[in-house]
Amino acid sequence: MAYEIIEKNKGVDNLCLVGIQKGGVILAGRLAEQLQSIEDRLIDVGALDITFYRDDLNTKEEQPVVKRTEIPCSINNKTVVLVDDVLFTGRSIRAAMDALIDFGRPAYIQLAVLIDRGHRELPIRPDYVGKNIPTSFNDLIEVSLEEKNGGRDRVVLVTGERG
Amino acid sequence: MFRSKDLLGIKELTSEEIYHILDTAAGFKDVLRRDIKKVPPLRGKTVANLFFEPSTRTRTSFELAAKRLSADVVNFSVPASSVIKGETLKDTALTIQALGADFVVIRHSSAGVPHFLSRIENISVINAGDGANEHPTQALLDLFTIQSHKGKFRGLTAAIVGDVTHSRVARSDIYALTKLGANVRIICPPTLVPAEIGKLGVEIFDSMEKGLRKVDVIMMLRLQLERQGKGFFPSLEEYFNLYGLTAERLKLAKDDAIVMHPGPMNRGVEIATDVADGPRSVILEQVTNGLAVRMAVLYLLAGVKK
Amino acid sequence: MKILITNGRVMDPRSNTDGRLDVLIEGTKIRGLYPEGGGPEADRVIDASGCIVIPGLVDMHTHLREPGFEYKETIKSGTMAAVKGGFTTVCCMPNTNPVNDTMAVTRFIIEKALKEGCCAVYPIGAITKGLKGEELAELEMLARTGCIAFSDDGRPVTDSLIMRRALEYSKIFNMPVISHCEDLKLSEGGVMNEGFVSTIVGLKGIPNAAEDIMVARDLLLADLTGGRLHIAHVSTEGAVELIRNAKHRGVKVTAETCPHYFTLTDESLVSYDTNFKVNPPVRGVKDVEAVRRGLKDGTIDAIATDHAPHHVDDKNVEFDRAAFGISGLETAFSLGLRLVAEGILDLMQLIRKMTVIPSEIMKINSGVLSEGADADIAVINMHKKYRVDSSAFLSKGRNTPFDRWTLEGVVEKTISRGKVYEWD
Repeated sequence: MAYEIIEKNKGVDNLCLVGIQKGGVILAGRLAEQLQSIEDRLIDVGALDITFYRDDLNTKEEQPVVKRTEIPCSINNKTVVLVDDVLFTGRSIRAAMDALIDFGRPAYIQLAVLIDRGHRELPIRPDYVGKNIPTSFNDLIEVSLEEKNGGRDRVVLVTGERG
Repeated sequence: MFRSKDLLGIKELTSEEIYHILDTAAGFKDVLRRDIKKVPPLRGKTVANLFFEPSTRTRTSFELAAKRLSADVVNFSVPASSVIKGETLKDTALTIQALGADFVVIRHSSAGVPHFLSRIENISVINAGDGANEHPTQALLDLFTIQSHKGKFRGLTAAIVGDVTHSRVARSDIYALTKLGANVRIICPPTLVPAEIGKLGVEIFDSMEKGLRKVDVIMMLRLQLERQGKGFFPSLEEYFNLYGLTAERLKLAKDDAIVMHPGPMNRGVEIATDVADGPRSVILEQVTNGLAVRMAVLYLLAGVKK
Repeated sequence: MKILITNGRVMDPRSNTDGRLDVLIEGTKIRGLYPEGGGPEADRVIDASGCIVIPGLVDMHTHLREPGFEYKETIKSGTMAAVKGGFTTVCCMPNTNPVNDTMAVTRFIIEKALKEGCCAVYPIGAITKGLKGEELAELEMLARTGCIAFSDDGRPVTDSLIMRRALEYSKIFNMPVISHCEDLKLSEGGVMNEGFVSTIVGLKGIPNAAEDIMVARDLLLADLTGGRLHIAHVSTEGAVELIRNAKHRGVKVTAETCPHYFTLTDESLVSYDTNFKVNPPVRGVKDVEAVRRGLKDGTIDAIATDHAPHHVDDKNVEFDRAAFGISGLETAFSLGLRLVAEGILDLMQLIRKMTVIPSEIMKINSGVLSEGADADIAVINMHKKYRVDSSAFLSKGRNTPFDRWTLEGVVEKTISRGKVYEWD
């Protein structure tokens, strides 16, 4: 994916990676490392919590847990690449874009996801996809990362768990 | 996790719920540091401020909290004259319901009024102070402030100083701190100690010299000047002599003890000016934290199915 | 009109009768008691199977609110509530508007009761004019017109000299002075019992001492004067103890308590439900236990209701502003039965404390089920359970803390001066 990002943006000028809490933060870090080693340039990486921008406040069962938001650079006129682990309905990305706009006015917003599992409910499309995994709506996708969960990196598809 | 659509008091909260509010407040404190200090979760919701007792700071704090969450705010400052005219609490409540408010923030001089209002369906009631019963958001912001300086509550010693018997802030603070494992002392004249308060696990002192020794947190209560002449203490001067927080008395506490006050302060009555403005005072932080905590409360209650 | 009550368990505390007997009523009097099944012909036969047949209950402490507060209760509605609760005699307190401190008001009450009341009504006259506690009311005129006792109930007589004089003067008529014991300064602003619960709910409390101090004072004055003192609505451990000691010393004192004081504790107040707001307040566990012991050992002579009906608008407000009082006529006997179930009193003792004893204290001819007495009888199904429904109360006052409680003891019929009252 790192090569795709470089190719599409013709380099890494004005790039800022923003990982969406919580699945996208570690991935954004890894992508940034990759880009850094390829281009030998320091890449800005941030984390964005979208809890306050969600549209499902009244419907979710569990209480929302707020994580930190840290965007170390100004995003004005930058190309912001939002990074998340799983793209599903697209609502998290919608919330992320609203949150981002409150921080400034990026020139471009692009989207990088590890897994696209389909079932979009909003007109959102990723620019960079690690893997497409067709699923049924009631399936559950779990992404385990070494930094977060210990052990090996893993993507697990559990059928029929949702809902 | 939140079991109730209302915030009536600390008594009704579990320690999990309290920690959750504090964690959420931390997120909002972040928001308050940004350029755009506004987030959309309460867009389209209406918060009605129903203040039967005058209060600028608490009311503006709630108002600002609501606005920062993108809610609409309606203010009802009910003057005492309205009560004399016979407009009942029940009617005010029905009016609010008819207006379609989602939240009502209520402050009243009678304990139990928020409980009365909580019977209205589909409205979240937030107690902003009812008589001598509770002022839960004050206690929550006090906890938040303590947490930001001390990290944890278990094993801390906090002293609450002043007119405990008439203070809803004192009660909420006592419930909150004891629930989270802190040791609580109250320091006040025996005339201002509430009945059987020892049963809550607090130590009772009538002397600042004894009570302030090695405490981590000093929470000063506002002395209502109307209490003069009622036989609780002979004069304000005597009160300050015995229970005023002076720089000398502050030295009895731990070196890193913090000084708190819910405001507004009576400088020279319960607290000396140099202490109020001194390096250990976190009084202004309490105000900022109050905004974040109230945003957290509104936000979390909005998510409770009514 | 002859009415025969048959198949019931007849209990009369005065004569210690307890057995299956038939009771014949003719007109307004009890004609006679007969062995079961041996009763003569009658125009109407009431089958009292499964029921106790007892003298109509006598409430020595009721507020009928008329004249002046008819929106809360009238003599008509109050007495209707009374018979529903099994009462055939009520003694009404003078804190009406105008206060019952003149012959005119006494006469008004008596005549209204004869015209519209369902049961016997005896007025209690004021001790002081306007209940102000400053000057004695014209006690002789009140007595002559029909008052049977004196009280400033609702308020204490704060001035000890006035109380002394009242106790002395009342000896002329041999009538009790009923005292509402409350030190107003200690109780000022208080709305519930002072204790741990009041601290937790943030409401101002009334300490036990406010009652005990005045009980002690009144007992000393009764001792000094030899007047007949009756202590109203005893609620504290201290009061019970003081009365017990005074009785041992031979002081002429009697005492009453009310169902809420032997049933509820101040714990109930955490809900801020104004139906629990009453004066004196419901107290702590130790006080409730002491009141129950006092009933058991005779320190507390009678059970009265202190029926205090209020309009819903007077109760449906902030706790601090709500009126004090419980509408108690329709639940009193059932709550008394709980004492029997718990072994505090036996059934005959309970009935005695609600019939004969109040009658003797007030020196009225009631509370008796025997040949020649007035036909004032209650037929109560002791073991039938029911759910208290305040919306169905006959009293205008729906203010009860016992709403939705399941209680035993359904009053099937009440016969008041020979007239049968029954409800579906």
